[in-house]
Amino acid sequence: MQNKAIRVKGLKKSYKQLEVLKGVDFEVEQGSIFALLGSNGAGKTTIVKILTTLLKQDSGTTIVNGFDLVSEPDHVRQSISLTGQFAAVDEILTGRENLSMIARLRHLSHPRQVADDLLKRFSLTEAADRGVSTYSGGMRRRLDIAMSLVGKPQLIFLDEPTTGLDPEGRIEVWKIVKELADGGTTVFLTTQYLEEAEQLADQIAILHEGKIIVSGTLAELKKLFPPAKVEYIEKQPTLEEIFLAIIGQKMEEK
Amino acid sequence: METIKNYFFMDLSVMLGRSMRHIFRSMDTIITVTITPIAMMLLFVYVFGGAIQTGTANYVNYLLPGILLIAIASGIAYTAYRLFMDMQRGILERFHSMPIARSTVLWGHVLTSLVSNAISVAVIILVALIMGFRSSAGVLSWLAVAGILTLFTLALTWIAVIAGLSAKSVDGAGAFSYPIIFLPFISSAFVPTGTMPSAVRVFAENQPVTSIVNAIRALLSDQPVGNDIWIAAVWCIGIMLVAYFFAMSVYKKRV
Repeated sequence: MQNKAIRVKGLKKSYKQLEVLKGVDFEVEQGSIFALLGSNGAGKTTIVKILTTLLKQDSGTTIVNGFDLVSEPDHVRQSISLTGQFAAVDEILTGRENLSMIARLRHLSHPRQVADDLLKRFSLTEAADRGVSTYSGGMRRRLDIAMSLVGKPQLIFLDEPTTGLDPEGRIEVWKIVKELADGGTTVFLTTQYLEEAEQLADQIAILHEGKIIVSGTLAELKKLFPPAKVEYIEKQPTLEEIFLAIIGQKMEEK
Repeated sequence: METIKNYFFMDLSVMLGRSMRHIFRSMDTIITVTITPIAMMLLFVYVFGGAIQTGTANYVNYLLPGILLIAIASGIAYTAYRLFMDMQRGILERFHSMPIARSTVLWGHVLTSLVSNAISVAVIILVALIMGFRSSAGVLSWLAVAGILTLFTLALTWIAVIAGLSAKSVDGAGAFSYPIIFLPFISSAFVPTGTMPSAVRVFAENQPVTSIVNAIRALLSDQPVGNDIWIAAVWCIGIMLVAYFFAMSVYKKRV
C-alpha cells in the first residue's frame, strides 16, 4: 500500500450528458514515471485535473500519496505539483520573481535561495531578471517545470509537457523528467507522442473511450503483440536526427 | 486545514505584491487610471469650466468628486482584465493545485483594486490641490469621504470580478466598465442637474453617482450632507452585496 503514489479505482466523471471517464482503474508506483497515453479528447486532462484537486470526481476511490482525494484535498495539494498543458507562468514577472512567489506560497523559509538554486539548475540564471514575456517557448517550459519543483513535492503531474516544443526543447524536458525520477520523485505524464512514452515511462497506460484498455511496462505491452520479426531494412535517418545532427555541429563550431 | 488558514494573510500579501507589480509595470494601466482623469480635470477646469455655471466660485472643488469616481470606474476595468488573464494563462490552476487558501486568489485581486485605486485617488487629489482645490473639511469628514470611496470601489470591484470570470475575450472583460465610466456624466458630477430636461434629470438625480458625488462634495466643503450620504451608502453596500454573491457563485461554477 505504502509504495503506491496513486491508486485509482472506478473513477467516473461526466460533463452534463457526456460521460468522459467510465470507471478508470490504475496504480502508479512511487518513484516511477507513469505515462498516460490517449488521443485528443480521450480524457487525459480530465484525469489530471481530478488528481490535482481542480475538478471533482463523480464516483470512485482516489488515493494520492496515501491521502484520500475527496476527504483530504489539502494534504494532497501539499504533496503534489501540476505543470499544466499551457505554461502556467506569470508573463509580467521575471523568472526569479515567479519562482520566489511560488516558494512564498509554499511557505518555504528561504524563497530567494530556492529561486536561485532552481534558476541555476534549469540554466535560467542569465535570464533570471528579465520579464517572462521575453522568454522562448523552451525557456518558458523550463521555468514552468522549475516552478513545479519548488518545495520538492513527491509527485509531479506533467500534462503534455512537450506539446508545442521544438525537438531540442523536447529532449531537454525528457532529460529533466529522467533526472526527477532518478531523484525519487514520482512523475505522472500525459502525452500523445508514443515515442515520448517509450523513451521515458516505466509504466504505460492507454486511455480509450473512458477506460484504461491496456497498462503495464513497455516490455509487457510488447508481449501483447505478435513477436518481433527479424528483417533487414536500410535505416534512413529521420528528419529529427538530421536536424539535431546539424544543430549539434553548429553548437560545436561555436 | 488549520495550517492553511493560518497562512491566509501571508498568501494574500503574496497575491497583492504580484498584481501591484503588474500595475506598476503596465504604462497603459497607469495612464488610464491616473493620467486620463487628470487630463479630464484639466480640460473641464481650464477649457469648459469658465462657461459652466455651478453656483460655486471654485470649479475644481465642484468637479473633484466626479473625477475621483471616473478614475475608480476606469481602474476596476483592469481588475476584470487581470482576473481574465489569470484564468486564460493557467496560473489560476497552478494556484488552485497548491496548498494555499484558495480564496486568496480572488481576494488578492480585490485588495489590489482597493490599494491601486487609493493610490490613484491620492495622486489626483494632489494634482487638484495644485490646481486650486481647497477643503475646509475636518478629519472626520475626510474619513467619511474615504469610507464612501472605499465602498464605491468595493461595489464596482465585485462587478469587475463577475466580468473577469465570465468574459469570453479580453475586450469583453473590460467592456462592462464603459457604461459605469459614463454614469458620472449624467449626474451632478460636472454640472448641476437643474438645467437638464426633466426625463434626464429624473434619471440623473436618482442614480447612485449623484448621491455619492453630492455626499462627497458636501463633506469636503463642510456643508451639511443630509440624506445623500445614507443614500450613497445604501447604493454602494447594496450593489456590493449583490455583486459579491453573484461573483462567488460564478467563481464556484468556474473552478
